[in-house]
Amino acid sequence: MAPADRSRLPEPGPTRPLAFPAIQKSTLPNGLRVWTVRHTQVPLVAFTLLVRRGASSDPVGKDGLAAVAADMLDEGSGSRSAIEMHEALARLGAQFDTDIGPDATVASVTVLSRFADRALGLLSDMVVRPAIREDDFVRVRQLRLHRLAQLRDMPGVVADRALLKLIYGAHPYGHSPSGSEASLAAMTVDDARAYHARAIRPSEATLIAVGDCDHAGVVALAARSFSDWLGAGGADPVAPTSLPHAPRLNIVPRPGAPQSELRIGQVAAPRDTPDYHALVVANAILGGQFVSRINLNLRENKGLTYGVRTAFEFRRLPGPFVLQGSLQTEGTRLAIEESLGEIAGICGPRPVTPGELALGIAALTRGYARSFETAEQIGRGILQLALYDLPDDYFAQFVPRIERVTADEVARVMARHLDPARLTTLVVGDVEAIAPGLAGLGLGEPSILSPDSY
Amino acid sequence: MNIPSTKHTLENGLEVLLHEDHACPIVSVNLWYHVGSKNERPGKTGFAHLFEHLMFEGSEHHDSGYFQPLQGAGATLNGSTNADRTNYWEVVPAGALDLALWMESDRMGYLLPALTEAKFSNQRDIVLNERRQNYENRPYGLAPMAMLAALFPPDHPYHWTTIGEIADLQAARLDEVHAFFRRYYHPANASIALAGDIDPESALALVRRYFGEIAPGERVAPVRVEASLSGDRRIRFEDRVELPRLYLTWLTPAMFAEGDADLDLATDLLANGKTSRLYRRLVFEERIATDVSASQNSREMAGYAQITATAAPGRSLGDLECAILEEIERLREGGPTDEEIDRGRVQAETQFMFRLQTVGGFGGKSDQLNAYNVFLNDPDYFDRDLERYHVVSGSSLRQAVDTFLNPSRRVTLSVVPHGRPASAAPESVPVDPS
Repeated sequence: MAPADRSRLPEPGPTRPLAFPAIQKSTLPNGLRVWTVRHTQVPLVAFTLLVRRGASSDPVGKDGLAAVAADMLDEGSGSRSAIEMHEALARLGAQFDTDIGPDATVASVTVLSRFADRALGLLSDMVVRPAIREDDFVRVRQLRLHRLAQLRDMPGVVADRALLKLIYGAHPYGHSPSGSEASLAAMTVDDARAYHARAIRPSEATLIAVGDCDHAGVVALAARSFSDWLGAGGADPVAPTSLPHAPRLNIVPRPGAPQSELRIGQVAAPRDTPDYHALVVANAILGGQFVSRINLNLRENKGLTYGVRTAFEFRRLPGPFVLQGSLQTEGTRLAIEESLGEIAGICGPRPVTPGELALGIAALTRGYARSFETAEQIGRGILQLALYDLPDDYFAQFVPRIERVTADEVARVMARHLDPARLTTLVVGDVEAIAPGLAGLGLGEPSILSPDSY
Repeated sequence: MNIPSTKHTLENGLEVLLHEDHACPIVSVNLWYHVGSKNERPGKTGFAHLFEHLMFEGSEHHDSGYFQPLQGAGATLNGSTNADRTNYWEVVPAGALDLALWMESDRMGYLLPALTEAKFSNQRDIVLNERRQNYENRPYGLAPMAMLAALFPPDHPYHWTTIGEIADLQAARLDEVHAFFRRYYHPANASIALAGDIDPESALALVRRYFGEIAPGERVAPVRVEASLSGDRRIRFEDRVELPRLYLTWLTPAMFAEGDADLDLATDLLANGKTSRLYRRLVFEERIATDVSASQNSREMAGYAQITATAAPGRSLGDLECAILEEIERLREGGPTDEEIDRGRVQAETQFMFRLQTVGGFGGKSDQLNAYNVFLNDPDYFDRDLERYHVVSGSSLRQAVDTFLNPSRRVTLSVVPHGRPASAAPESVPVDPS
């Protein structure tokens, strides 16, 4: 064999195409959709139950109710106590989780395939027939209140909460799914029961099974376990007609903080925007990967941070664009200036170069197969289809669609969805150390936020 | 479930592990250097981790960022450092294996000519930022430093954390960093695993082409330092936190040693999940804690078991400590129930299968092959690893609890809110964690 040629990097060769997972679909009489994918690498089955109602369905004044209601799912069902429910899960070695997002409540169970039948039975007991007892509710709410108190010490969490409040205000996305001390304190067990009766309904639900299982078997089991689950979820959350005008520069004081936690954001685009693919490419170049403009600038060139990234958080209603990073205190001003400059740059004066575009597209497409390796990955992918009404050939179309994105399209969609002159900047940090430097940024007087404002 | 692999050793000492899996058209390249923070000296800590950063800054024949060409080829990549080893991995489309091996071999064989003072000082700044972000500015973030410093004596290689001491990082010189590289980053101190869509024969030929030319370097003698702990070391520090948190830590057996699996299951049944004894008692019934967890952290030379619990408002860590010690005593006397043993085994089996779902990344098949090879010289250890959990019995678990979770030989660390030292466990001595 020839010795290594180190005069140049080897060109990547061809890779055989990936066969995308084939989804088998059925719908039960109560509206529950049952989707399965056979994936037999390892003797596991991953069940995911998606309900298209999340924190954006929290009633006014009851922020955090969807999350508390989700917490109550595994706190016992019928005559089974909370502990008995968890003993039943533990006997199967089940990995159980609930997740609450702005648009969805997701309960998932992964087990060795020999326990698949029993695991699905338990999942249905939790989702369809939760006991929601007073004593368990009080304990769960109390734990959430303790957690909220602890989160107040975590600068990253504080920054996320405060930014959402600033850019969304009273919009259904304006509050954290965890709610607030006041909203949790005002909540009762009847609220949780009513929420379950109204929102956790089969008309909004999809059961996804990926693994060593067959479609007919899962459908038959689901028909048995979920057939007495009835009703339709209430109306979808609606966005208010206008968004708040937040001050451009905001600070949450954290005296003596060794770093500044930075967020820069704006309400941008919904998941169903036709500009989705171009925005994904644009973000990869701007701040979505290690070699992005912003990370190379602030981390690799200036050494101001361990890392900075940006993301469009696509949701059913327009989701936020957010830049996030944790910065050296003395570099806060420079980091904000450079970040705003990079965002403005990619929206106009410094359009993406052919090289950047090629790299961004390649990074998104050539490694796409990696997202379909494990049962949970495939389950998560399919969940996106169900949550956002994407077509079955979405995966197969992703790569060719990304490859068609052009530099013009990137410039156009960034200008359409971001307005650099209206970005909201928020810092959690040491006011005394950073405020003097921020005055010259041209963002106006910093607005100092109090803990009860987010 | 075994993971069939073949093992080859190149003339320069590099160990090569190959595993075929054609389910997905990807390959994981996973390279372990048998160097971690345990190879550092007091006053020179943080080098192994700092190196992990420098390894992404370019080498002689590709003297620019490590990420660009690989991400452009569709790879995902990362590295990590712990006390015992450093790993680097790329998961690439099968057609980019050549590129990944070129890149990995260039930074093994030709890093130093490209390692300048400017890169070094820039990455040191980034590491100091990482330390501020993940330790100093994070509630309870300095607890591992205080705990390890009390558990292991100052000259023991597990006394410090991998991120290193600030003063050591600031004092580090480029020539010391070069010397550290020459000593530890060479074929005779490394193991590379390829898992995924490969043809083993041509994959091995590629490894030979790129790594075969690199000089072997001197074999690194294993680090072996005994650790022992006498007494109950009771310490505390104040932090920017709402609720006091208690950490109880014991010295325990090393990775794969007798008692390691028993303590894995013992810590699980004590404090992992809502069915665990401590969760039921502290969080569910008495409601004196907001959370409790436990783990057996096994390392190459020694392990440590740790139980962590956060006090509910108005509760002191002394209350938590009493309840935790009572539950350990109850387990030591009565042993686990049959159901607890069964649950522990099936949980171990599920977690094991979880790790085997993927060829790459942290903890996937290629990483696991390297772990077995580097620590046990036996890449075929999969079945026997799982078997360790199947042979745990009520009496062996009790024996391990009796021997290792001894209340009179431990570290008792309290992290309490500023200005509230009285919420610490009684008789704690203040320490400076940073």
